Amino acid sequence: MTTLEQKPGVTGGGREHGLTYWAVSDCWNITRRTLTHYQRHPSAVVWQLGFPILSVLLYGYVFGSAMKVPGGGDYREFLMPGMFAMTMAMGFMNTAVAVVTDAAKGVVDRFRSMPMAPSAFASGRGAADLVVAAAELTILAVTALLIGWRADGGAVAALGAFGLLLLLRFSLIWVGVWLGMLVPTPEAAGGLYAVAFPVTMISSTFVAPSLMPGWLGTVAAWNPISSTATATRELFGNPVAGGGTWVEEHALLMAVVWPLVITLVFLPLAVRRFQRLSR
Amino acid sequence: MGTPKTASGYAVLAEGVVKRYRGRGKGATEKRALDGFDLAVRPGTVHGLLGPNGAGKTTAVRVLATLLRYDAGRAEVAGLDVAREPRRVRSRIGLTGQYAAVDEGLTGRQNLEMFGRLFHLGNRRARQRAGELLERFDLVEAADKGAKEYSGGMRRRLDLASSMILFPDVLFLDEPTTGLDPRGRGEVWDAVRALVAGGTTVLLTTQYLDEADRLASHITVIDRGRAIADDTPDALKNRVGGDRIEVVAADTEDLAAVARTVDRVAGGGLVVTDASARRVHAQVADRVAALTEVARSLQDDGIAVEDIGLRRPSLDDVFLRLTGHGAEHGTAHGTGNRDAREVAAA
Repeated sequence: MTTLEQKPGVTGGGREHGLTYWAVSDCWNITRRTLTHYQRHPSAVVWQLGFPILSVLLYGYVFGSAMKVPGGGDYREFLMPGMFAMTMAMGFMNTAVAVVTDAAKGVVDRFRSMPMAPSAFASGRGAADLVVAAAELTILAVTALLIGWRADGGAVAALGAFGLLLLLRFSLIWVGVWLGMLVPTPEAAGGLYAVAFPVTMISSTFVAPSLMPGWLGTVAAWNPISSTATATRELFGNPVAGGGTWVEEHALLMAVVWPLVITLVFLPLAVRRFQRLSR
Repeated sequence: MGTPKTASGYAVLAEGVVKRYRGRGKGATEKRALDGFDLAVRPGTVHGLLGPNGAGKTTAVRVLATLLRYDAGRAEVAGLDVAREPRRVRSRIGLTGQYAAVDEGLTGRQNLEMFGRLFHLGNRRARQRAGELLERFDLVEAADKGAKEYSGGMRRRLDLASSMILFPDVLFLDEPTTGLDPRGRGEVWDAVRALVAGGTTVLLTTQYLDEADRLASHITVIDRGRAIADDTPDALKNRVGGDRIEVVAADTEDLAAVARTVDRVAGGGLVVTDASARRVHAQVADRVAALTEVARSLQDDGIAVEDIGLRRPSLDDVFLRLTGHGAEHGTAHGTGNRDAREVAAA
């Protein structure tokens, strides 16, 4: 080695900080890493939004005239909050694909062989995913405004609605991390779309559950995506099309409860999966 | 800068390390990936770890690099106990695994700066260190291009540079040139030599024996989770013995006939048949007489030969000799891509 190089202290940079400091600092650096990906390839966000935007056009304009909203109201007004919720729900795929790609390429092993905080890999990933989700919601909302969607419930309620959407996305980060550690290859992760697609469709995203056959309507009504979609419809002042069931009547409550339940189940699973790497 | 020594004077020390994998489900059998593995690496050297696929090379590296917990034994890296102080070990090691573990969504420079910050260098030092490493690994021109556009050799160099950020005392290289073209391999070898000249200790696993021959001053052969030989490359070759005759048959069907001829001429030596390469080789006492006799005899029998020649023993021979015996116990395990069998002389 050249004489210019000086050996840093044992703790890396040699700075004296506690574990919490490094957990936050490392998390930020992982977040920054993911955001740099988007900075270098901003079109990635647009690609990710391709599906919801296409769906808006297809359902809003192609099928829209044939769609009726129980209780009345404009179908496109009904559709948009559903699209927001669905985009958040499908976001777990982005997390899963990113995690499995890092694992398959050995990046996870590199991080684990470094003196960084072990939590940072998932926390940084999650923080970046939330920032990206917020950007996605902004782009979708602007698109929605362009095709005539309006939020009539007031600014505070609208912010609350976006908060609930991000809460759903937050809970699904852990599903994504868990699945990303579970599947062997990025290609296999692509197969998750086959599962994710029906799960997002059997919900109140496109059609009110009350219009579906009984049992399917019940499944759709209890789908966490439906709770978020219905709750945001209420907050945005859009047509709700509730079927009068308990879960639909308590959409606001359930839009908070579901993400908490999902987090409580999948966060420990993701952590356990991560710890099992050393076994 | 030298590698701090353990109490025993070694940069890496493993004593009787056991790593078990439990099978899943009821009645699943337990597999011992490491079964009393011993290793002692002198500071400032390149130490080769060779063995067939599934012998435990990668498991050994992952245990020493704190990625896997082990079940029994003792492991020390840079004087630190791997099980007790993994975090401190991590600030003293570098790891380059089987895949170039770089972020393809970032540029080369961004990769090094990110890893530098995650090594807790701080923004300014991370930037400065990235600049130094880009220069050192000849990546300055490509520094601001996406790593996705890098060639295999460049990506590997970036990977190596990433594991050098903290001036590691010990660098683990797990098959660092697998999948690289000859030029890429040469680039990596140069980089490794430069690191060792600077005082870093390198533990190298490789499936290319010529690579170990070129780089390593000491070699441990591992099979079924145990070290079965440990010596310098020359000493290992001397164990195998003198010159060898090697015949490559033009037709696979002639392999048995070729083996018989070689066996007769070699006079009781071990005849090795490598079916996938259509190659037969054996140790011979009188090299020129053996060559003449085998060539004449094959011609008389009308057996077409693609190549025939004499060569000095290589690490391949050492490897086959040492691990080939293991195969006789009835457990099938491949030796890399080749289907190598040792055929005892009749």
